[in-house]
Amino acid sequence: MNWLVPLPVAVPLVCAALITATDHVLPRLAKDAIGIAAAAGTLAFAVVLCFESGRHQLVHWFGGWEPRGGLAIGIAFKVDPLGAAMCALAAFVVLLALLYSLTFMEEAAPFFDALVLVCCAALCGFALSADLFNLFVWLELAGVAAFALTGLEIRRIGPLQGAVNFAIVNTLGGYFVLIAVALIYGRTGALNLAQIGRSLASERADGLVVVSLTLVTAGFLCKAAVVPFHFWLADAYAVAPTPVCAVFAGAMTDIGLFGVARVYWTAFSGAVGADAGELLLALGVVTAVLGGVMAFLQRHLKRMLAYSVVCHIGIMLAGVGLLSAKGLAGAATMLVAHGLATAGLFFAGGLLLARERSVDELALRGKGVGRRGLAVLWFAGALALAGPPYIGTFLGHSLIDDAAVGAGRSWTLPFLWLAGACASAALVRAGARIFLGWGASDDPLLTRGPAERPPRRGTRTGLTSVVCATAIACGFVVSLVPGFGQRAEAAATQFVDRTAYAAVVLDGKTVARPPRPPVALEPSSTSTLLYASGAVLVALALAGYGLRPHRSTRPVAAIKAAHSGVVGDYVAWLTVGTALIGGVWALMLH
Amino acid sequence: MSVLPYVVAVWVCVIGLIGIVTSRNFVHLALCLTLTQSSTYVLLLAVGYFNGGGPPIFKGVKPGTTAVDPVVQSLALTDIVVSVTVLALILALALDVQKQAGTDDPDEVHELSG
Repeated sequence: MNWLVPLPVAVPLVCAALITATDHVLPRLAKDAIGIAAAAGTLAFAVVLCFESGRHQLVHWFGGWEPRGGLAIGIAFKVDPLGAAMCALAAFVVLLALLYSLTFMEEAAPFFDALVLVCCAALCGFALSADLFNLFVWLELAGVAAFALTGLEIRRIGPLQGAVNFAIVNTLGGYFVLIAVALIYGRTGALNLAQIGRSLASERADGLVVVSLTLVTAGFLCKAAVVPFHFWLADAYAVAPTPVCAVFAGAMTDIGLFGVARVYWTAFSGAVGADAGELLLALGVVTAVLGGVMAFLQRHLKRMLAYSVVCHIGIMLAGVGLLSAKGLAGAATMLVAHGLATAGLFFAGGLLLARERSVDELALRGKGVGRRGLAVLWFAGALALAGPPYIGTFLGHSLIDDAAVGAGRSWTLPFLWLAGACASAALVRAGARIFLGWGASDDPLLTRGPAERPPRRGTRTGLTSVVCATAIACGFVVSLVPGFGQRAEAAATQFVDRTAYAAVVLDGKTVARPPRPPVALEPSSTSTLLYASGAVLVALALAGYGLRPHRSTRPVAAIKAAHSGVVGDYVAWLTVGTALIGGVWALMLH
Repeated sequence: MSVLPYVVAVWVCVIGLIGIVTSRNFVHLALCLTLTQSSTYVLLLAVGYFNGGGPPIFKGVKPGTTAVDPVVQSLALTDIVVSVTVLALILALALDVQKQAGTDDPDEVHELSG
């Protein structure tokens, strides 16, 4: 089966090249067909890999340069269930985005399909790579495609500003990763993650290891938009075309968290131990809370969804920061539920834009009355993000709760649940205003976003509605799939095992498989059920509070002013944040 | 192996960052980004350097001759390719900002905030 491993990367890349090369020859329909076939093929390969990797050890050495005596010269792809699932999620969201764009983006950029496929290939490559330098290359490739996709509409200033902010912050993050790669290579003489892990595990963490860990983490957290690296995200999401937003929210932002988890567990866990997790946990909680609050202060639906993404990234980072298989499994299952539901909500926003010519909550007040189907989808998506019992992000929350209680970090739980409820409340409030016509018609508390150019009038929205409903429905039911939580946990256990990873990659050994987990719905603890029910009530109450008119904007003026939209400020935050992470780790890990 | 190249790498990286933070012009901003990136070249080459090492070309050279590490050089090459793409994209965006907003000062563009 090892021949299958490079295909999720090769297929979309080759098809992207094909679409670009035949740009002037093929009709648009043929190019769309190639794009959709490529995404569907990638999805199929990724799903097969996901199942196969539970049974076999899948490692592919490019050009047959296999390691000798534990020394890797070649470059490898190592498939594990979590990585393959990440590929599958990326391919699925890209497939939905391409289907969505069939009717929606006729006069939009000619290279949309190709750029989305390149982004998909890069995300898959990132998820499968076992080589530190290649992680940087895939990160940059996904980045470049994403910058171009953000700035597709070059005739409006908003997308240009968003794309520049996005490009500068993420490129700097990429350079931080590269500096870390150089330092680690200088220390260990290796670029293969498994070999780096083996080499670093034999000694105590010193200054160089701490600096490298700081830089590589900060670089990946830029991509993941964790506070204080998150500023670019709302700018980019607010202006990118709807299907692009869906791809960003569904797969691209989360890849940064995946990178942090991958590099920590394969390369650094032996040298720095579990102390590194405290800071990640704290950053996750701060990100979740700030994202939730900022989402509540938006009236531009896409910007609101963008901050909701920041909020959930924070919750997932907290799951990763617990540094246990259970916490990681929680983050992974939440990633699926949140990615699909958010992508669906972006599609719903796109439908509103097509039918009502706006994505502004206040401008749309009462315009959606009578659009029952869309209203049901919107509220379902919004509630799925809060995580009511056995719905949407609940399973992720539940696993993170268990991991946090197990690690003696139960103080995080109220923050994480409240933050998610706050983001959800913003969406429920917007839904109530738009689809029910409730609430005040003006609110100075909310930030006005850039105007959005609607698609041509009379655009058919049948297929788009199906795509939107599919994404939201999938996100809604994830927590109810029997055995999903147990499988995620088994996959996470495999993911965090550094010595087994090294044995498989470097020595070609086969590691004993864990017993098959049962196919059953895992019961959650009572406290989690209470938190989940409470979160829904809080979300509804907050939404009701948000519908009332507010007079003063003073309490939130400072926090809003920090999100200035000026790239220089963002880079200053980036530098300060990196220095802070480094300082804290230098004290804790040295 | 002297410590000087590492000092230079840190210095170049930091002045690039300061340049980006204080920049009032998109082209200047893009060039400062390139400056930050140049620090990675210096660092990569310094990491792979051996005192007295020749170039890593092994044709017609006695086996066992000391050479500098060719891996970092190929990393630097890949780095250049990746970064030139980013630079080209940012410059293209800067050009469009100038066309649409009539300014090339990042602080003057107020489309997105809050």
